[in-house]
Amino acid sequence: MIPLQTQSTLPDWAALAPTLLLGLTALALLLVDSIDPDDDSPGLLAGVATLGSVLAMVVTGWYLVAGTGMPRTGGAIELFNGQLVVDGMSLFFTFIFASVTALVSVASYDYLADRAHQAEYYALVLLAATGMTLMASANGLATAFVALELSSLPSYGLVAFLKNNRGSVEAGLKYFLIGAVSSSVLVYGISLVYATTGVMKLPAIATALGGGVAGQGTLGVLGVGILMVAGGFAFKTASVPFHFWAPEAYEGAPAPISGFLSSASKAAGFVLAFRVFVTAFPLEVVAGTLDWTLAFTVLALVTMTLGNFAAATQENVKRMLAYSSIGHAGYALIGIAIVTGTANQGYALGASMLHLFVYGFMNTGAFLFVALVEYWGVGRTFEDYNGLAKQAPVACFAMTIFLFSLAGLPIGGGALSKWALLSATASAATLSAYLLAAALIVNSALSLFYYSRVVKAMWIEEPAGDFEVSSYPTGLYAAVVGAAIVTFLLLPAFGVVSGTAFDAAAALF
Amino acid sequence: MLVELLIVFALMAAGLVFLVPDEYAGQFAAVLSLVPVGVSLWMYSIFDGTGNALLEGGQPAFETVANWITLGPYAISWHVGLDGVSMPLVVLTTLLTTLAIVSAWTPIDERESQFYGLVLFMQAALIGVFAALDFLLWFVFWEAVLVPMYFLIGVWGGPRRKYAAIKFFVYTNVASLVMFAGFFTLVFGLGDSISTLGLPAIAQALEAGQLGSVGGFGPGTVKLAAFAALFFGFAVKVPVVPFHTWLPDAHVEAPTPVSVLLAGVLLKMGTYALLRFNFTMLADVARANAALIAIFAVVSVIYGALLALAQQDLKRIVAYSSISSMGYVILGLIAFTPHGVGGATFQMVSHGLISGLMFMAVGVIYNETHTRMIGDMSGMADRMPVTAGVFVAAAFGYMGLPLMSGFAAEVLVFMGAFRSTTIPMAPLFTGIAMFGIVIVAGYLLRAMQKTLFGPFRLETDYEIGRAPLQDVAPLFVLLALVIALGVAPDLFYRMIQDAVFEVTALGLGGGA
Repeated sequence: MIPLQTQSTLPDWAALAPTLLLGLTALALLLVDSIDPDDDSPGLLAGVATLGSVLAMVVTGWYLVAGTGMPRTGGAIELFNGQLVVDGMSLFFTFIFASVTALVSVASYDYLADRAHQAEYYALVLLAATGMTLMASANGLATAFVALELSSLPSYGLVAFLKNNRGSVEAGLKYFLIGAVSSSVLVYGISLVYATTGVMKLPAIATALGGGVAGQGTLGVLGVGILMVAGGFAFKTASVPFHFWAPEAYEGAPAPISGFLSSASKAAGFVLAFRVFVTAFPLEVVAGTLDWTLAFTVLALVTMTLGNFAAATQENVKRMLAYSSIGHAGYALIGIAIVTGTANQGYALGASMLHLFVYGFMNTGAFLFVALVEYWGVGRTFEDYNGLAKQAPVACFAMTIFLFSLAGLPIGGGALSKWALLSATASAATLSAYLLAAALIVNSALSLFYYSRVVKAMWIEEPAGDFEVSSYPTGLYAAVVGAAIVTFLLLPAFGVVSGTAFDAAAALF
Repeated sequence: MLVELLIVFALMAAGLVFLVPDEYAGQFAAVLSLVPVGVSLWMYSIFDGTGNALLEGGQPAFETVANWITLGPYAISWHVGLDGVSMPLVVLTTLLTTLAIVSAWTPIDERESQFYGLVLFMQAALIGVFAALDFLLWFVFWEAVLVPMYFLIGVWGGPRRKYAAIKFFVYTNVASLVMFAGFFTLVFGLGDSISTLGLPAIAQALEAGQLGSVGGFGPGTVKLAAFAALFFGFAVKVPVVPFHTWLPDAHVEAPTPVSVLLAGVLLKMGTYALLRFNFTMLADVARANAALIAIFAVVSVIYGALLALAQQDLKRIVAYSSISSMGYVILGLIAFTPHGVGGATFQMVSHGLISGLMFMAVGVIYNETHTRMIGDMSGMADRMPVTAGVFVAAAFGYMGLPLMSGFAAEVLVFMGAFRSTTIPMAPLFTGIAMFGIVIVAGYLLRAMQKTLFGPFRLETDYEIGRAPLQDVAPLFVLLALVIALGVAPDLFYRMIQDAVFEVTALGLGGGA
């Protein structure tokens, strides 16, 4: 079966197959649960969730290889009268969401052992993933908002899943409140943009703005609208100024969910921001109103610096990872901050996409390792990790790969994606790009300090007490080791992914 | 494909050793590490590279180029190959790894499989550093060396190992970062004139004067800034005084086999990179600042030797003497004469062997006595005659006894430096540096006299007997190599000469 031929025979809606698969898996999980609600066989639920997300991942990977929605096979596929679009970028991000979902599902099998409401848990994860894939495909502001809510609402529930744990409930409430505020900011921004242009679809907005629909009097309204839309996305990506929820939510949530939110949910925020700003508000059209690259430059600088400095002062590993996740949001913002028209735009955006791709594996892996440690009942501070490597060398080896890769040492793909960002700033060759490059280097150096603290605790320090690892949970181990293998392989095999990312990003312009 | 074979085999060996039970890990690792030794010696015997790998007309042996990734305008390749400079260093790496593994059998008694796995992993990365001819590939290996070293010091080191490991890690990482930034300034300045990050392409573009301005600074300034950043980055690694303070801590805390690799191979990464980057790519800047660099070199020689003179700990003495020996390498490189640069490269190999030998000899004594303090023992020759004999031989090698490799290396360096037209007042600098030999003789003779000779006295509670064969055997292998290279330096010197000859003619046209 030659993919390209199959492509021409499939109907257009088949391009949404990954989204449909994820959504149907969520429904299937509820069905399984309703047939026998008292059956607590987590294996079946975790298996169905994993199967569904792996299927979605395989289909997405196949589409990416076949070039569905890419210029070489006829360009983006528009569905539902142009409300949804399937192109290289949406598929690339769908692959991230599906693979993170698969990892989280496998890991949750052990993490959730003996807990109630497992079916709801898996169903919420898959519904959130469905929402994320829709965010990647959304081609209109209204669709974007609905998709964003579809991914956010299950997330609130998931963060508060450990409902007997005060931290978890508090985190859920905080996440929900800030989410609600930022949603309203976003929807207000959308309404302002609609007020000036009168359309909702992204390409139509650009056309309307380019045609001079916006009168002189409404330029200010448009500018405020764009800024508010950016604010709405900042919530989803855990960037300044809507980042306050992230440390609490990631710390309080079940660790697999922290990994899910900080990798997949963040990437979903980014893909939406990329598409909306590049398609609806092209710089040459809105430059007279608002130079949003400047806004993103400032956001990127503040976000990465704040995230890294805060991470350096933490005593709790999970919280450190949460702040470092904010720092990485700052790195990923570089891609959109240097889309200045003069630079190689596709390259800049592609570099950010690559960073989010690698991040999806190395960060999820790191949080899953934290989940493993929580499963063993070890504490959460750096000291509690002392001497862990004596008990569990394989898992600690995997964690070491994650941490060094996050720091940008060439032990995993993280180094290459940072280099891609760095060379993208070089190709932009503006003062703000150089500033971003300098901040990236300085922050990476700083991050090595706090990441290596964990490594030092695990391998070098002596264990404080007579702690014994009692069991080696298969699911968690499989997920952690699997993520480590992918993180490492992304170093030699980076070229396999990078070509697709740059092509997909270039097709957007 | 042979370079790939070496690297991949070492990586797989590392993985295997990581998984075997602790009891067999040492023996298993030693057997596995014999394969890279055999392959590298075979590669040496069929070596057919000519000229310098970075320069026009040079043809490295065992070269492979394969596309790896494309980052924007630059194609990043898997580009490896060996020329006359890197081939001896690869042989040195494989030999010292095996010997270090054998010498670790006695002192390393916990978490063995992890220890030997890390050593083999580091070997893979070290071979990569010397073989890589693409900047990003080279940088991947360069950084990858740091990670196992950090663990090797931090987990198996002495009482202050945590401090030493962190200090090593932070120092060298900051240095790497500065070096990375410096190199990328050059890449930006070269702009469209290069389409890859291959070291030969960059060296030749710089040679052809393609460097443009970066951010409003002219090519001359850019070159100078890049040179300074690169020099700092590598000087920490070498180390050159005043960037040397991590070295004694790392050496003293590291277990003996790790010290052997640290002094024997890791320090050479710094001088090797200086030769490749500062003295080949930016030869004109190096020439223009020859006096300053020669001062760095001479200060390292004298100050390092004086520091060694003041130590009471045998291991510290050897550690500080490395600083002094590395000063000779820098002096030879900056001379820009065939014997100077060639002798410096030969000194890298020679010092790798001799300092490895010294550290191992100190390690053998320590394994038996559990002390390294000069004041704690005397008359060791009485109880450990074989070890003491090797120690004396090694010390004389360090002092430059003829027919040992140290003599060949230092004579070449001094001859080259003396006749240098690049260093102002070259005879003066060379004369001062030669005085370093006297100090070396001073502290080594004193150390030997106090510890090895005289009536037997030992202030520890350990029973002391003859050292086991597994501890002594590596000493003899190294000693044999030191003498072999001293009698027949041409074993390596011929290919080194061929590779560095072009370098000495660089930078005379004066680009900037």
